[in-house]
Amino acid sequence: MRVEFCGLDLAHPIVNGSGTYDAIAARRAFGDALVERFPFSAFVSKTITLQPRDGNPPPRLYETPAGMINSIGLPNKGLDGYLAHDLPELARLPVPLITNVMGATADDIATLVEAVDARREIDAVELNVSCPNVKTGLDIGADPVELGAVVARVRPLTAKPLIVKLTPNASDVPAAAQAAEAAGADAVSLINTLRAFAPHPRLPRTPWLGGGTGGLSGPAVRAVALAQVRAVAQRVSIPIVGMGGIQSGRHAAQLLDAGATLVAVGTESFRDPAAGRRIQHELHDLFAKSGDIVNGHHDV
Amino acid sequence: MSGIVGGERRTLAPFGRRRLRVAERHELGAYVVVEAADPDGPAPRPGQFYMLAAAERWGGGEDERPFLPRAFSVLRVADGRLQFMLEDVGPGTARLCELQSGDGLWVTGPLGLGFSAPDAGPPARRALLCGGGVGTAPLAIWQDELLARGVPAPALLGFRDAAHAEGAALLANPRVATDDGSAGEHHGLVTDLLAAELDDDPRATVYACGPPPMLEAVRALCAARDVPAQLALEAGMACGFGACFGCVVPTRDGGYVRLCVDGPVLDAAALAEVPGH
Repeated sequence: MRVEFCGLDLAHPIVNGSGTYDAIAARRAFGDALVERFPFSAFVSKTITLQPRDGNPPPRLYETPAGMINSIGLPNKGLDGYLAHDLPELARLPVPLITNVMGATADDIATLVEAVDARREIDAVELNVSCPNVKTGLDIGADPVELGAVVARVRPLTAKPLIVKLTPNASDVPAAAQAAEAAGADAVSLINTLRAFAPHPRLPRTPWLGGGTGGLSGPAVRAVALAQVRAVAQRVSIPIVGMGGIQSGRHAAQLLDAGATLVAVGTESFRDPAAGRRIQHELHDLFAKSGDIVNGHHDV
Repeated sequence: MSGIVGGERRTLAPFGRRRLRVAERHELGAYVVVEAADPDGPAPRPGQFYMLAAAERWGGGEDERPFLPRAFSVLRVADGRLQFMLEDVGPGTARLCELQSGDGLWVTGPLGLGFSAPDAGPPARRALLCGGGVGTAPLAIWQDELLARGVPAPALLGFRDAAHAEGAALLANPRVATDDGSAGEHHGLVTDLLAAELDDDPRATVYACGPPPMLEAVRALCAARDVPAQLALEAGMACGFGACFGCVVPTRDGGYVRLCVDGPVLDAAALAEVPGH
């Protein structure tokens, strides 16, 4: 099950989606068992921004059919807080560390990437480009031209693998992936959450979520993830981290078959903190049975 | 907040969810008490909670829900069984209330930080328990422990009506208030009883769990009398172990804390007010 990803030698293809697992908090709940049976082959941090953020006012969650909408608002300690407080703890995890960063301007992103590049404990950088451009209001990642410019700007600032986390809320996701590749990205990851709205259960014309809108995740989005990963894989040659509603080894195999090199588990970890480990074992069993990740595993 | 040492407030949870078998289910007025055999699970601290999901048919209810597990404070642990007090108020609790003996139940836990003992003093403080509705649950296991330690722990409980007030049987010697006066000694709010108790003798640490308006009233009247209080709060929660950042409450000094890892029991002094009241 070992897999090579951008020069990193990983024990298996299952990682976590950014912002879906707080390994430091999980260790407080589960103790050393979390580290001894760590569910992922690499750990992706939640999004780090230049300045600390409290996140959005509650409520932050809304349950949907086969999924959920979140409006968390990227709470984090800011770059300095992350490097001083979180990084030393995350560096003790038994797997490589991928740090996810987001900035509102190319300069902010450059500052973040340079700071991450300087730390040996960090093995790769992931760019969250689902951030509105302060001038246009559009997500940086939704416009291939702007995305290409941002990636080209930060690419020379780090020798570490650079992963671009694409937004699914764009008219042409493969075009964005191509722009990222052309600008020097080592990999792309997708899908981020789908923009979604949760109506207040009692008040008309009122959002339930404190942040107004949110992002849909869970098995409800799995078919969208398969379509987008497949479409991106047909247009780029760099590796893909696929994610979106993965709940089983079979689901992971389907995403690998669509063209992903790694598969990230997100919302399913909320339902079971060890879901990544179970999915990894199920995927291993599928490989062992068939020697092939797909054939014979299409349930009608 | 990562500097908090759990100590007596936290028992570590086994890593991952585990499948238990429902050993018993019985109705208690408007409530359902479900007991799940957990012979190998650790003993929780009073005030800790578990994430619960039925092993079968979790989903497909109202609006094709539930999807996420639901958080419940543990009511009691006896004979290797975890007990939970449930009330059917939505698609998740509806499904859990249907569980029968022999059914599978996914649990993750115990999670969070529970209650801590009253200050030894001086002045010596008695424990005073104040519960509302299904918020009675964590006070039962806490009262058991306090009484076993020789700490007096009188309980004041409030319910909507007589059917809900049957839940009072879960605690020893409670004084009961009901909104409609159909049961108990007091027609009105449980916080009326609490105010009278504290006016009589303020040397107490108050432990409270219940709906947000009740908890806000407890917070305010304890603050006004300089009485320490520990509040067990509730919030929509996806994961229960700090992953989703969904269950935050604003604190007095700005920012948020996650109820699942920094609570659900919070020192009332940490809050400017109880959210959602």
